[in-house]
Amino acid sequence: MTGAVSAGRLGVVSCHACGLVCQDTLPQASHHRPVAESEACGNGARGRSHQVICPRCGAPLHRRRPNSIARAWALLLAGLIFYIPANVLPVMYTSLLGSGSDNTIMQGVIEFWKSGSYGIALVIFIASVLVPCTKFVVLGVLFATSQRGSRWAMKERAKLYRMVELVGYWSMLDVLVVAVVAALVKFQGLSDIEPRIGILFFGMVVIMTMLSAMSFDPRLIWDGDTE
Amino acid sequence: MKTFPHLVACEHCDSVYERTPLTPGQLARCERCDAILYRASRLDVDRWLALTIAAAIVFVMANVCPVIYISFKGMHNEATLWASAAALAHGPAAPIAVPTAMSIIIVPFLQISLLGWVLLYARFGKRAPGFERAMRMLVALRPWSMVEVCLLGILVAVIKLSGFLQVAPGAGIWATALLMILLTVIANRDIHWLWEMTEPARSAQKAQA
Repeated sequence: MTGAVSAGRLGVVSCHACGLVCQDTLPQASHHRPVAESEACGNGARGRSHQVICPRCGAPLHRRRPNSIARAWALLLAGLIFYIPANVLPVMYTSLLGSGSDNTIMQGVIEFWKSGSYGIALVIFIASVLVPCTKFVVLGVLFATSQRGSRWAMKERAKLYRMVELVGYWSMLDVLVVAVVAALVKFQGLSDIEPRIGILFFGMVVIMTMLSAMSFDPRLIWDGDTE
Repeated sequence: MKTFPHLVACEHCDSVYERTPLTPGQLARCERCDAILYRASRLDVDRWLALTIAAAIVFVMANVCPVIYISFKGMHNEATLWASAAALAHGPAAPIAVPTAMSIIIVPFLQISLLGWVLLYARFGKRAPGFERAMRMLVALRPWSMVEVCLLGILVAVIKLSGFLQVAPGAGIWATALLMILLTVIANRDIHWLWEMTEPARSAQKAQA
């Protein structure tokens, strides 16, 4: 379509770790099929038995990340499951002069909003609600379209993927806020802030979705393009 | 196996291009998917190493000095980055303390020390012992370094607490801010060209010519 030639056509493969372009000496099983298809089937044993290593940095070479879509789906699903307790269970316990209360993420946002700190409420809302939810939807769409070898809006999908990688880790914000305030507010009896189980689930959501985005090979987006 | 160091493949769509030299500040983009292929470095190895050492100093300060002081009804308290990560370790959410400590302390520490090690040797055109592993680790560590998120977290905590007690920033918060900037400069860049710069065959080729 464009002037660019794909690595598969040239018979080369680039190293994931150091970027060196090497001659493709990997087993030729999937040469004439769209790569997405064979990777999605997820035959782990095949990749492991003939491992080819980058001559420069020693990382294993592969045309596409092994089992990319299956792994990405699994991790995304795990993240989605963890997202429920992360929102339902309290993330923080605050006690002030004897009266204690458990807070969930949304309660924290609402509290900021009510106290007039609209900016902070918005920042926390974006980092802990909007970003994870958008990530679930975007990654789901990317995985599903790539799995089907879709040729729809490839450039935009590629951009979407890069955006998800760029903003995804900001969701860790809530975990760090809880860490800092829990470390600070330790006045026995008078005032105490303690982390609660919800923050563990929320942290897991962030880690799972980051791992999911990383296991997805963005080159699969373009594999439908090979006519 | 044949290798083609003069070629570059787009990480995002696998299009292959020939590498062309860039002037400092320029970057090469993929025609097909618009991703950045590689960029010319604005920093030479000496400057890069100097900034890495600066980052190491600031890192120590950020970890030793408290980031926030608070006082409440005549009582005082302070917290460092370590104490923050450790605070999560108490109670039911304990396992989350590990990734938290990783993302704000351990990963930045590894990034700075690995880069320092690699650059120290690269200054003399040599590959440091363990160069391959260090370079692979630097690529793998990058997404897990969250000093900027940590800084925003500290700021949100300050605002959250300033409602009912007195809050003052400590030296650690400034050090964390500096660390964020320095880490962005030293670690978020294209490290691929260190491979070419320290190529063992390169000096031999030059001798032949």
